[in-house]
Parts: sequence; structure tokens; C-alpha cells
Amino acid sequence: MSPETVPKLARGMKLREDKTRAQWVVLGPERMFVPDEIALEIIRLLDGTSSLAAIADALAARYSAPREEILADITTLLDDLAAKGVVTA
Amino acid sequence: MTAPPLALLAELTHRCPLRCPYCSNPTALTRPGEELDTATWSRIFVEAADLGCLQIHLSGGEPTARRDILDLVRAASTAGLYTNLITSGVLLNGTRLDALAEAGLDHVQLSIQDAEPTSADRIGGYRGGHAKKLAFAHLVTEAGLPLTLNAVVHRQNLDRLPAMIDLALELGAGRLEVAHVQYYGWALANRDALMPTRAQLDAATATVEAARTTHRGRLVIDYVVPDYYATRPKSCMGGWGQRFLAVSPAGRILPCHAAESLPGFDFPDARTTTLRAAWEESEAFNRFRGTGWMPEPCQGCARAEQDWGGCRCQAFALTGDAAATDPACALSPHHALLALALEASDRAGEGFTYREPGRLPQPAPVLPLA
Ligand code: SF4
Ligand code: SF4
Repeated sequence: MSPETVPKLARGMKLREDKTRAQWVVLGPERMFVPDEIALEIIRLLDGTSSLAAIADALAARYSAPREEILADITTLLDDLAAKGVVTA
Repeated sequence: MTAPPLALLAELTHRCPLRCPYCSNPTALTRPGEELDTATWSRIFVEAADLGCLQIHLSGGEPTARRDILDLVRAASTAGLYTNLITSGVLLNGTRLDALAEAGLDHVQLSIQDAEPTSADRIGGYRGGHAKKLAFAHLVTEAGLPLTLNAVVHRQNLDRLPAMIDLALELGAGRLEVAHVQYYGWALANRDALMPTRAQLDAATATVEAARTTHRGRLVIDYVVPDYYATRPKSCMGGWGQRFLAVSPAGRILPCHAAESLPGFDFPDARTTTLRAAWEESEAFNRFRGTGWMPEPCQGCARAEQDWGGCRCQAFALTGDAAATDPACALSPHHALLALALEASDRAGEGFTYREPGRLPQPAPVLPLA
């Protein structure tokens, strides 16, 4: 994924609260993915219009952290989620 | 405390216009008049969500043979469950499918019998079925619903696996399930006609591996390997009473959809027992839970908590004892039965005993130990 990519949850993937186990899960056909805190925060920012660059801007502002580092980190994370079929470009 | 289940398989009906010879329904099919009603199913869905289930598979038979399928999808979705429809696709038109999407359906899993229409229709025992399925697949993607194609594979269609993969891509499926037949119920009666050869199996495994690489990011391929050539069993349902539960058309609460035909069980009745009580307290769910029940050689085996001793239904089908080690395991004293079955299928023809209500197949003989 590049900074211009607009990532979104893959077709059929839904973010749901799992109250029984006190966690959030991404559900898909025969699949279940339990995001860690960071992944969950990023998945919540996937609105289908924000690019990776925009998401990095938002997170950099929120945590007053270096933007380039954040961009690199979330690119790695989203590439990984894409390989797992959780998100698509 | 027993960990809660993740998914419920709701077998809404045993009615089905198809007659697949490997159907996983029990050989004694439930009559329509014995099926649970809308209100009972809706209560079961709420109970499942409360118990901790996240997903529901609406299955059968053919679930859309139920006239109340729209209400059932809505009830499952309202209960907060990720709702998957497992269908043969031959009974739904576009209007009804759109209504199901509207009612909250999350995903459609469509079965195909082959990539070649004549063969597909012969295997499903339903003329014109394959063409209807292709039309239905287009309706699914047009409705914006995610589509999984499910191909049960065996000797009589395995050579066309590459074409089935192409078909999945062509139809816009995001996922393809390639599942080798599991031999109990109807499939056991048809084992000789369905058993793949070793060469077919090896070719299929190589095809799946190559296709996974080629179509990465476009098509997910799930592959269920066959037991008869294995040396270790599959972990059936992730362990008895550990992740899944099923409810049969007549309301039996089961640890796996095939378990109903195991003798000596009193499976809880959903009309009078809650899913929670069945899951946490019933003798049926507790009998093979964990590792305490295990016989030699599973007892103390390093893989005991990986494969949970394999499939109880297969153990029963092959040895007559549901509490035996799955004969798919090379450590099982009954493992030689699998080789005998392979030999028998080698000499067998291609004729089927089709799945039909009121037509009990001859039970496959439990082969004597050599
Ligand atoms: S396996 Fe075939 S006969 Fe059995 S329910 Fe599915 S479509 Fe119907
Ligand atoms: S002995 Fe039992 S636990 Fe060990 S591998 Fe075989 S089936 Fe699994």
C-alpha cells in the first residue's frame, strides 16, 4: 500500500463488539480476527474515504508523534491485514 | 467454566431439491412436519448470541426451502450474529435475495457440484441445477453480498479442480472452499464411488497451493484435506463441545451436525432446553469434551489437545465405537481399515445412491480387523 491508498475492510468483513469475551472482533466468512489495541484503532479509522496519508496525519496529531514513523508503521500493519484478507485497498 | 462457543450451525430443514450422494445430512431425514417453527428458531438465535456465538450458519438441507427464511435471517441478524447462508442457490430469485440482504444477511456460501454442467447436474441429481447456480452467483454479487463458493471434491470431479478455481474467479467469489468428502451418513454409503485416487489427491493439493499464490489478495482458498490418506486425524470441529454447536431441523442440540446418528446419546431438545444448559451441563456435550475420555493411544499423546483424538463420527462409522481413536490416525489399532477401504474403491464403479427421504442406504459394513 502507498500513502495514496484508501484502505477499507474487505467485503464481508464486519467489526463487531464481542461482549461475552470483552473484546472487538472482525468477522468474516469462517474467519475471525481479534485486532490488538493499535490495529483496532486503525480499523476504526477506515471510513472508505481516508487515505493512508490522511490516517497518518490524524494519528500524528492525536499523539503528537512523528508522522513519517507512523505512516511507516501503519503501512506495515495494513499490508499485514491485507495479506490476511481483513482489509483491501 | 466451559469456554463459550463461537458459532452456531442452524440446520433449518432437511428438505432439498438436490440429491448429492455425499450429503452430510443423516440418512434418516427429518420430515417437514417435525421442523422447529419460526418463533423457536428466533429464540434459539438470541440464546446463541447470549451464550457467546458470533456467527451463525443457516444451513440444511436447503435453508431457503423454509417459507419463513426472510424472518429467520432477520432474527439472526437482529440477535447480532454474523449471518451466513449456506445454499444450493436453485430456489432463490433476485427479488428474494435482495430481501434477504435487506434483512441483514452478511454472506452467501453457494455449493457447486462440478465445473462441467452435465457432470455437476448428475452429481447433484438435479437437472439444470448448475446453470441456476451460475445465475444465482451473479445475483449475489449484484446484491453486493460477499460470495464463497463451496466445492465438495471426490474422484468424479477432482480432475476439474483447476476449472472450479477459474469458475470461482469468474463468478467474483472472494473465497473458495475445497472440501474433500467426509465419509459418514450418505457419503459412507457412496464411499467406493467417491474416494479419490492418491494421484488425484496429490494433484489437487499442488493445484491449491499454486492457485493460492497466483490469486493472493483476490481469492482465499480454504482446503479440507481427506482423512483416508492421512496419518494424523483432523481436529474435528475444534474439539467436541469446544467451539461449535449445531441444532438439527427437529431441534436436537448437537456438538456437530453429524453427531445425531451416534447411538447411545440423549441430545438435548431445543424445544425444552436452553442452548446454555445444553452447552454447559448436558451429558452429551460433556462426554467427549477435553481429554479425560480418551482411550489409548490418545491418552497422554502430545497431539491430544491439537486434534482432540479426531472425529467421533468417523470413529463410530469405521469401528462401531464413538469413543475410539479416529482410525485416520496411524496410531489407531484400526488404521488399516482405511487402506482396505481405498483398495475396495479402487475396484468400484461410479454409480451413486442418491440422498432421498425415506430411502435408507445399506449401511456400509464395518470391516473386520485384519
Ligand atoms: S449436500 Fe446437496 S443434497 Fe445435501 S443439502 Fe447440500 S445441496 Fe442438498
Ligand atoms: S493418538 Fe490420538 S491424540 Fe495422538 S495423534 Fe492420534 S488421534 Fe491424535
